[in-house]
Amino acid sequence: MTLEISAVSIFFSILVGTIIAVFRMSKVKPLEWISLAYTEFFRNTPLLVQIFFWYFGSEAVLPKAVNEWLYARDFEFLAGVISLTVYSSAFIAEEIRSGIFSIPKTQLEASRAAGLSFMQAMGYVILPQAFRIIVPPLISQCLNVIKNSSLVMTIGVAELTYMARQIESYTFHGFEAFTVSTLLYIAISLLVSISMNVYEKHFLRTVRY
Amino acid sequence: MHWDIVWNNFDYFLIGAYPEGPLGGMAMSILLALGGIFGAFWLGLLFGLMRLSKQKWIKWPAVVYIEIIRGTPLLMVIFWFYFLAPIVLGYTLPETSSALVAFIVFTSAYIAEIVRAGVIALPKGQTEAARGTGLSHYQTMVHVILPQSLRNMIPSFVNQFVSLTKDTSLAYIIGVNELMRTATQVNNRTLIAPTEIFITIAVLYFIICYVLTATSRRLEKQLSKYQARGN
Repeated sequence: MTLEISAVSIFFSILVGTIIAVFRMSKVKPLEWISLAYTEFFRNTPLLVQIFFWYFGSEAVLPKAVNEWLYARDFEFLAGVISLTVYSSAFIAEEIRSGIFSIPKTQLEASRAAGLSFMQAMGYVILPQAFRIIVPPLISQCLNVIKNSSLVMTIGVAELTYMARQIESYTFHGFEAFTVSTLLYIAISLLVSISMNVYEKHFLRTVRY
Repeated sequence: MHWDIVWNNFDYFLIGAYPEGPLGGMAMSILLALGGIFGAFWLGLLFGLMRLSKQKWIKWPAVVYIEIIRGTPLLMVIFWFYFLAPIVLGYTLPETSSALVAFIVFTSAYIAEIVRAGVIALPKGQTEAARGTGLSHYQTMVHVILPQSLRNMIPSFVNQFVSLTKDTSLAYIIGVNELMRTATQVNNRTLIAPTEIFITIAVLYFIICYVLTATSRRLEKQLSKYQARGN
């Protein structure tokens, strides 16, 4: 469950994060403001508050049809995904933005001069290069998502921490339950950081600035 | 919309039931964050310097500590201290102090990494020159390296402080009466205004954190002027 909710949230937050980052780079003022407000607001409020907001308050802010669709499914899970996505996409947007900044400006100018539109230039020229550079910070964001997903236990999603808590209250063997789940979290994060090191050694050499 | 509920409970959000009852609300969150960052600074400094040591038996405990804590969610650390303290100590720690200990332990691992990065970022010539003038390793650290690198680390410390401020909301789960818990209490009592309540406390958190982030950005600009640079 931890892996499932993290995977879904990571997927959506990279998607949303990219959109927000591209908004920020576009020269259209309202889009820039939206993206600035989005990243600043969601980065500076606690995830727990956001989870509670979407869980209890989604009725007031989302359209009725969306809410009914959400209620018809696993609402706790979806509220968790929404809040994790919104929270992490703000961080990921900043990573992607710094990735785009690290691409020399001439790249964008050259591709615009070659007749590509802004969206085409972003999609075919800038973003593919930027993503390759920001893979390490992006992966540590993914690790953060996995760790942050422990918070959705507060609204009753049965993920790893929730299960440990359950075992604790059923059997009073809290020590064993927490040890095992802590070890699982550490195993996940070690696995990811080891594979990240391998990636950096083998693939990052090919990037030229 | 029921903004009157928020308005009527606003002082409760800010300071809890104080002065009649225990302190709570936003004041409690800020106190937890301040206490957490203060304790975590010293612990983190210790582990960061241990991590840099060349002696294996000093270095490895720090590496293990940092990796374990950084690989664990904060919620897990809070549970560890809350549920294990009775087993280890024989008596229950009050929620607030066990949350505070968890924050200190959790944040210190991140601060240790900041310290390590800050010390490594200083040009090597600084250490070599200090050692060359006859200072011992300890003297070099205290009088030459740390004063410079700590100043460069201030923006990162402020960022860590921001995330700690946000993380104090997790203390709600074990029952510390801080901002998040006052909000859920009011929400459970009234039941009709969750959106308004959670928007309000989100804005309260935002104000604290935004001021801090803005400060850190300004500090970063100011400090970059004085940096000693290598080639």
